[in-house]
Amino acid sequence: MPSNENYNVAVKVNDLHKYFGELQVLKGISNEINKGEVVAIIGPSGSGKSTFLRCMNLLEVPTKGNIYVDGVDITQPKVDIMKIRQNIGMVFQHFHLFPHMTVLENVMYAPIKVKKLSKVEAKQQASALLARVGLESKAQVYPSRLSGGQKQRVAIARSLAMQPEIMLFDEPTSALDPEMVKEVLDVMKGLADSGMTMAIVTHEMGFAKEVADRILFLDEGKLAEDATPDDFFSNPQCDRAKQFLEKML
Amino acid sequence: MNLDFGRIIPNIPFILQGILLTLQFTALSTIFGFLWGTVLSLFKISNITPLTWFSNVYTSIFRGTPLLVQLSLIYYATPQLTGYNISPLEAGVFTFSLNSGAYISETIRGGILAVDRGQGEAAKSLGVPYSMMMWDVILPQAVKNILPALANESINLLKDSTLVSVIGVTDILRRSQIVAAEKFIYFEPILVAALIYYVIVMGLTTGAYALERKLQRSS
Repeated sequence: MPSNENYNVAVKVNDLHKYFGELQVLKGISNEINKGEVVAIIGPSGSGKSTFLRCMNLLEVPTKGNIYVDGVDITQPKVDIMKIRQNIGMVFQHFHLFPHMTVLENVMYAPIKVKKLSKVEAKQQASALLARVGLESKAQVYPSRLSGGQKQRVAIARSLAMQPEIMLFDEPTSALDPEMVKEVLDVMKGLADSGMTMAIVTHEMGFAKEVADRILFLDEGKLAEDATPDDFFSNPQCDRAKQFLEKML
Repeated sequence: MNLDFGRIIPNIPFILQGILLTLQFTALSTIFGFLWGTVLSLFKISNITPLTWFSNVYTSIFRGTPLLVQLSLIYYATPQLTGYNISPLEAGVFTFSLNSGAYISETIRGGILAVDRGQGEAAKSLGVPYSMMMWDVILPQAVKNILPALANESINLLKDSTLVSVIGVTDILRRSQIVAAEKFIYFEPILVAALIYYVIVMGLTTGAYALERKLQRSS
């Protein structure tokens, strides 16, 4: 049921819990991401960052709690999650391009099959997106021929092809060689500047500081800190965040 | 030992005529077996308990009983049970498809499970429904991985097709036996049959390799 309590909220998370068997990964997280906001989710490994992100498009099903996307509670069984997911792009650490399709086909696939775009339209759109991520010359190549950075840029283009309103990034640069990190971050920065709502799980502190509007620091399944980048990096409140930053910087 | 192929040369065209039937039989069983096996494998990985249960019991029965027994049962029992007068060829294709489906379903299931989980997640995150995800994303990759096993299955089907000679289908083997009985020489006609099978299997093997290489290139 769409609620009109706040048109500016893109995602609202309420008391989110997640268990994997006996293991409790998320221990009651509540937060809101506004439209157009860029939120960086950081924290030690095992703190539940990825799980938190993956709950937002129901790749992980929350054990308890609610998640509202555009006012719709996606944790309700009646919800058409496929429809919701069309609106939420996701970029993975390991790209997950479809290896049996060319770069162009990767980007065209979902718009044609899911949005029923004509091939001509889908191709136009895909070419434009590939140009946007600087890979129009690779359109006919299979993913195995691309570098990690190129793969990730194609993956971003593939997500954008569904014209999502929200983009989730799950450690998008963690599997890349250092010299390829920048090309991916540049694309993401361009996306942030264009007003896209973004939630980014990342270990790139410099990037988080520069691009994010807000930092969420997770620790042991709890939201330990929610602050602006300036506040967080210059004056972290909790001890865990202090320790974490000392190790990172 | 004195082999005398000269005596059966006039009969070789008669034996060769069995090739078409054998190939037809193999092709149909491979296709139907593959389709049925795909369905069974999807049952096996589904979350719907009755379907998983059905396909597991099914596989267990068809793997646990001899093919010849299954063939005889279907050929002789179908008219008795349903009144439908099943032809030997129909009974053969039907039995072999059912049997091959059981084996192939396990192979395909393994192939599907071997595809990176991330592939499904990427498709899901794009809003792609399950059926399309399976058909367009998962199965093509699974089939590519299991192509050698599928080629094997098809070769097995070709060789197992000789079993239909038991219910009177005039395939290559049956024809060579007819020649043998007619001329009272057994070694030569059966050797000819063996050679024909071997050549066809070599053809299949070469074809499968070519297909594998082609698929390897496109990724």
